[in-house]
Amino acid sequence: MIIVAAWIAGVALALGAVMALIRLARGPSILDRTLALDVLLIIILCGLCVDMVVNRHLNHIVFIVVGSLVAFIGSVTIARYVTDRRGQ
Amino acid sequence: MIVLGLTEGGTLDQVLDWIVVISMVSGALLSVAAGIGLLRFPDLFSRMHAATKPQVLGLFLMLLSVALQIRAWSAVPILVLAWFFQLLTAPVTAHMVGRAGYRTRHLKQETLVLDDLNEVVSEAQRRLDEGR
Repeated sequence: MIIVAAWIAGVALALGAVMALIRLARGPSILDRTLALDVLLIIILCGLCVDMVVNRHLNHIVFIVVGSLVAFIGSVTIARYVTDRRGQ
Repeated sequence: MIVLGLTEGGTLDQVLDWIVVISMVSGALLSVAAGIGLLRFPDLFSRMHAATKPQVLGLFLMLLSVALQIRAWSAVPILVLAWFFQLLTAPVTAHMVGRAGYRTRHLKQETLVLDDLNEVVSEAQRRLDEGR
């Protein structure tokens, strides 16, 4: 049962990651790209959670904590320095 | 492990197994929802709305399934810590990205019902221009 659920969850996460990657490639603005990168990071963290559930260990929990703690730094930095260069 | 008088492989374990499976799959489905939202929604703010679903509820469901699968109280504090950090940092990101998105006009005015920020921002811009 847990294996079937892990396959469903893995396929779902992969679909979400592919769609976030498409948005990352298409843009149109850098803010959309940072948003897609945030979603991609969360999907990676969810994948680590799936691995911990299937194999019954807690080895990746450090990555989850650090990932959820430092994820905002990149997007805040980009959002701080983004400027409008259209229409000037 | 004996929990509430039930031995291992008993009814409670089966119930917990099902909760693990359901929360894991629904957490993953929230990621798909975020991906669909990122692809289909028209502008930055509606995409931000879609992106927060796996950030808060999706990660919570995943951490819940980890906690119920490990079934040890010693694992709970660090999982709560991970979710707490996510709750702490996700609004900061959303605030900064939304602020930058509004000020660089990455939004579709016709999708807005109400725009309270417009007069504040234009007033600030007017003061900035006078100061120059």
